[in-house]
Amino acid sequence: MAPRVVDSRPRPALRQGRRAEIVLAGLASLSLVVLGLIFLFLIKEAAPFFRVYPLGRFLGGTEWRPVSANVRFGLVPLLSGTLVVTAGAALIAIPLALGAALFVSEVAPRRLREFLKPCMELLAAIPSVVYGFFGLVVLSRWLQGAFGLHSGLTALNASILLAVMALPTMVTLSEDALRAVPDSYRNASLAIGASRLETILHVTLPAARSGVAAAIMLGLGRVIGETMTVLMVTGNAPQITLSLLDSVRTMTATIAAEMAECAWGTPHYHALFAVGLSLFLITFLINGLADTFLRRGAK
Amino acid sequence: MRGAIGTSVGTGLWRTVRPILAVVIAAGLTLCATSGCAGPADGQAPGGPGETLVIRGSDTMVNLVAAWAEGFMSANPNLRVSVQGGGSASGFAALIDGSTDLASASRPIKESEIKALEAKDKSAIERVVAYDAVVFIVNPHNPVSDLTMAELSGILTGGITNWKDVGGPNTGITIYGRESSSGTYAFVQEKVMGGADYVTRARLMPSTVSIAQAVAQDKTGVGYVSLGYLTSLIKIVGVAQDSVSAPVAPSAVTVLDSSYPIARSLYFYSAGAPSRSGEAFVEFCLSKIGADIASEVGFVPTGGT
Repeated sequence: MAPRVVDSRPRPALRQGRRAEIVLAGLASLSLVVLGLIFLFLIKEAAPFFRVYPLGRFLGGTEWRPVSANVRFGLVPLLSGTLVVTAGAALIAIPLALGAALFVSEVAPRRLREFLKPCMELLAAIPSVVYGFFGLVVLSRWLQGAFGLHSGLTALNASILLAVMALPTMVTLSEDALRAVPDSYRNASLAIGASRLETILHVTLPAARSGVAAAIMLGLGRVIGETMTVLMVTGNAPQITLSLLDSVRTMTATIAAEMAECAWGTPHYHALFAVGLSLFLITFLINGLADTFLRRGAK
Repeated sequence: MRGAIGTSVGTGLWRTVRPILAVVIAAGLTLCATSGCAGPADGQAPGGPGETLVIRGSDTMVNLVAAWAEGFMSANPNLRVSVQGGGSASGFAALIDGSTDLASASRPIKESEIKALEAKDKSAIERVVAYDAVVFIVNPHNPVSDLTMAELSGILTGGITNWKDVGGPNTGITIYGRESSSGTYAFVQEKVMGGADYVTRARLMPSTVSIAQAVAQDKTGVGYVSLGYLTSLIKIVGVAQDSVSAPVAPSAVTVLDSSYPIARSLYFYSAGAPSRSGEAFVEFCLSKIGADIASEVGFVPTGGT
């Protein structure tokens, strides 16, 4: 029998489908291009700063004084401000997010879940400047009274607001991770006599831990990059402190506050890009870590 | 992996798409490398002579200049004025590269900026158009009513940390100032603190209004605002030049007769003689109508003309 010649050229209908997929792939690669361009732009604008100011003094400098008889561009106060606010937000948000996610995915009846999820999404829809205004007018006064402070414009104010802003991301993604745990795990655990609570805490949650960790890191990534809210409520004092009840200055607020009135081309202008580059790298790192966790979980 | 038609979507498609993706990414990155980075206002000239008068510079003055522009445009309907803030420094930068007709400034021009203009064969012409007083405020519950310049400097640099050292109650002092990019921040640093640095725990607020708000809420607070931002919720502090002089309260009168120590001039700068519309605008600002507008916004008119 003669060998059958198989014509593997795509038929017209299939060719059209392929063309569409190629176009869509091109569009998807746009995000990669934009990311690369942003990174290169940041390096290009930050480079002139490092030509006149040593990297070591920038990374290790403990004072941020762009306008002074003795100008100093030290990243440490800004870095500590960002870290204190983020750590505070994490302390508040993680237990709340875990609890909410566990409740919504494991305990809540279907109708309650379908009501709670949109409510959670609504929180994400509130603009950050509205949160900032609330923090400035309402929360600062409450903190003043509750902690006996002179002023409620502190890192704690920002941490509370940022925790609320990060909750939707953390809860939604954690809940997805928890729901992805196969029912067979839960059934097996219940079958050997464990209670619902023991199952949730010792079987379901550990099984979903990669996804939950990724959710938390992504939520924190949002917190680190938040600008308007922290600018309005932290008090912006460039001091190095570990106390949540002190005023701090974050990297994001510094860029937002100083870039608008900075003359183009001055060392100050380029220094702000250096701060932006540092912020970009930190956020990239966190999101990269989250991605690793997600991949590890998917295996 | 070849199979029946319709199942070749996997590796077959990827092999087709991969080189296209590579080209798109490479093209994008090449675009970035070759486009260079044009700085802002690179060779942008303001729209032709007589079309629109462009004024850029001080954020302290932006409300004032905008009010003047409105009055000027209603008196001269065929002329248009465009007002932008950005800070005194950005106004000078725009003057140097030719993208503005007038630069508004809450501080005098610096040597380096004069030299930059001379390098372009232009000279800076300065006109004083108004005066401003920096007013120090405290909470109405604070018994302190007057401070000397030395005490103010001590408070702002962190030398004095308790209100009882200046005649107030026994509590710490919370300082509210402007951001470091503000001309007012720099002016207070020079005039009151003699160039020394602010203490690191001083809270840097994004606007004058937020300083007034914060001090109204904080019994231990002290901050600085402009004449136009005074409300009944805050208390003005009289300033004495030294411990033997009498304290002076800030007002239009004490600014004009120089008895209030923390007053400053507000300027318009042009590169060379201003254009006809620019000159007309400056004349308007210095006229009686302009003076009334300045008082309304909260500044002190020059009292000339």
